[in-house]
Amino acid sequence: MNKIFIIAKREFLIRVKNRKFWLATLLGPMILAIFIVVVGFILGYDGDDEKHVVIIDRANLFDGSIKDQANFYFSFSDKDVQGLRNTANREYDGILYIPVISGVEEDQVEVDFYSDKNLDLEKLTSLKSIISSEIRDYKLKEMNITQRQLDQLSTRVIVRTEKLDPDWASQNKEGAKSSEFSSYLGAGLGMAMGFIMYLIVFINGSMVMKSVMEEKTNRIVEVIISSVKPFELMMGKILGVGVIGLIQFLSWVLLIPTVVLIGNVFFGFETDLQALEDMQRTGNISSDDMEFMVYQFISEMDKIPWFKVISLFVLFFIGGYLIYSSLFAAVGSAIGDDMHDSQSLVLPITIPVLMAFYIMMTTIRVPDSSLAVWSSIFPLFSPIVMPARLAFDPPFWQIALSLVLLAGAVVALVWISGRIYRVGILMYGKKASFKELAKWIFYRE
Amino acid sequence: MDTLEIKNVSKSYGNFVAVDKISFSVPKGVIFGLLGPNGAGKTSLIRIINSITAADEGSIEFFGEPLIRMHQQKIGYLPEERGLYKKMTVQDQLEYLGKLKGLSGVETKDRIENWYSIFGMEDWGKKKIQDLSKGMQQKVQFVSTVLHEPKLLILDEPFSGLDPVNTNLMKNEIIRLKNSGTTILFSTHRMEQVEEVCEKIVLINKGALVLEGEIDVVKQKYKDHLFQFEFGGNQIPPLEQENCQTNGNGQNIILQFDDIKQANNQMQIWMAEGYVIKSFKEILPSINDIFIKLVTTEK
Repeated sequence: MNKIFIIAKREFLIRVKNRKFWLATLLGPMILAIFIVVVGFILGYDGDDEKHVVIIDRANLFDGSIKDQANFYFSFSDKDVQGLRNTANREYDGILYIPVISGVEEDQVEVDFYSDKNLDLEKLTSLKSIISSEIRDYKLKEMNITQRQLDQLSTRVIVRTEKLDPDWASQNKEGAKSSEFSSYLGAGLGMAMGFIMYLIVFINGSMVMKSVMEEKTNRIVEVIISSVKPFELMMGKILGVGVIGLIQFLSWVLLIPTVVLIGNVFFGFETDLQALEDMQRTGNISSDDMEFMVYQFISEMDKIPWFKVISLFVLFFIGGYLIYSSLFAAVGSAIGDDMHDSQSLVLPITIPVLMAFYIMMTTIRVPDSSLAVWSSIFPLFSPIVMPARLAFDPPFWQIALSLVLLAGAVVALVWISGRIYRVGILMYGKKASFKELAKWIFYRE
Repeated sequence: MDTLEIKNVSKSYGNFVAVDKISFSVPKGVIFGLLGPNGAGKTSLIRIINSITAADEGSIEFFGEPLIRMHQQKIGYLPEERGLYKKMTVQDQLEYLGKLKGLSGVETKDRIENWYSIFGMEDWGKKKIQDLSKGMQQKVQFVSTVLHEPKLLILDEPFSGLDPVNTNLMKNEIIRLKNSGTTILFSTHRMEQVEEVCEKIVLINKGALVLEGEIDVVKQKYKDHLFQFEFGGNQIPPLEQENCQTNGNGQNIILQFDDIKQANNQMQIWMAEGYVIKSFKEILPSINDIFIKLVTTEK
């Protein structure tokens, strides 16, 4: 055990001391976060040229007053277009002519915009939306409809989900009923956890494989295993790289949101709020709805059994990582220094990981389908699929069975990998076939 | 008590027999040559002694106890294929390998210092292995092998890749270790080195033991009773015998006799005939000759 620790410590330190580790751990997520901020900025870029627009309001839509918005500065004029055109020192970029509107029946109003330069798409859309909203208010007034009456027309439907089980109701107090938001939240959380598992398995698994190959081509492996058991060497490596993976994972999870937040503050630009404001302006959602959604979201967040979810996630993480990294170690031991050789041997490990990933994606939509249930119990898939189901509160027996099978698979696969590894690291020359690997498992020590 | 007592050890990989019922013993405090051509089974045997692999059959005793993995801590192994972590510093590397052999941190550091001064490596600690020359790497590798003061030191081709100066340095160090009581198992196919440093040898070929014994005894056993006569005065006797060679300036002749008595008789005859004999000696085979003879006749 002590020797496993010494080996794990070296595997950890050698990576931490390498500049590349810090690049990947700190700079990687920062670059990604900055990328997210910059892309957000570019996509939400309004343009910075301001337009001074003179409105000739024949319909009297604006009642002589309008707020400057979206880089438009408005003023009103009583002159006609021709008169404005002939003004000597023009202090405006464009003239907006709004004709008289005949009545509420009119479903299309044509306004004229005069300017030397064409309006860009962004400004055109803003202008249309400003006028459309004013016409709407005008029509409401003409039809004697108040905003209140209009609001009363739309009805919010909320589906509360509750279990049939009579015990459940008595155990759960008021407020335990969950709304549809729990499904969204569960899906988001499940997706995030499944995706993280997938990344960790792949990135760290191949790190272990590379490290095994390096020792083999360096030939140092023979020196090391004249001091420790091959199994201890393999486990030390897996543990050391595992801690590295955990640190990198934490750094990514913590740094990306932090930098995105700081970036948004710095740019004075809030992607999400902007989008919500747009939604409000176009009338798709009222501010009451917004508050309701935020309230729902927070109360649902509160209801997720975080301790259970996170501790189970950690268990599945450990299981999945042990299974796949030991398989990667076995493959690394069976090949030489040529990465290309590894393809055919790595493929059988890649396939279950990829399958699990796709099953996880459908699991989020239908977490209780039989595909989702059985995949979350099958040990090669469960580390990726079960975390995606955790937020949907799967039955206890499924979690228990999944964990028991996972533990069994960890023991079996780590053992098999160890058997292959101990022979593989001493075999030089061409890479081994599957038949040979199978033979190695049964070689006597 | 012998350092190693190897009894009937066999090991096969699939259908290939790497080690075939080998028995010999390695006495304490000697340099013991393990000889054999490439693929003879030397490395397989060494791996068994190192507990890297286990024998299929037979037993090994280490200082009278059945060999177990724990004995790894008392064995030092310098494999033929050298290997170090290229990106680690010399100090980190040596500390790591020392700790894996069960040394404490402080112990390791003290011993490393000591070896630095023996090999003149004082300012190497912070250098990375990849920045060292091959000869320097060899020294680091050697130090890593002996750091834990093993009772048995297994050296597989220890001089390969070393220049004459470093070879000499290493040879002296090996002899010094031997004198301080370390048993050294020296595996090689370079026979001239064997004669220089080994006291006892075994020769294995195709997994089986071919020859075992002290170097002098082995040479006596495999001698061809060849004798060399050096004549003076520009006169050599007419040579009628078969198996007769001349060399030198035509002043030396080498003849084969049944034994030394017969050679002496012949010398007396020549002297009586008036030939001047400047020197007379028996030619013993080199280990190299014996090695080639045994290995090729086996085939």
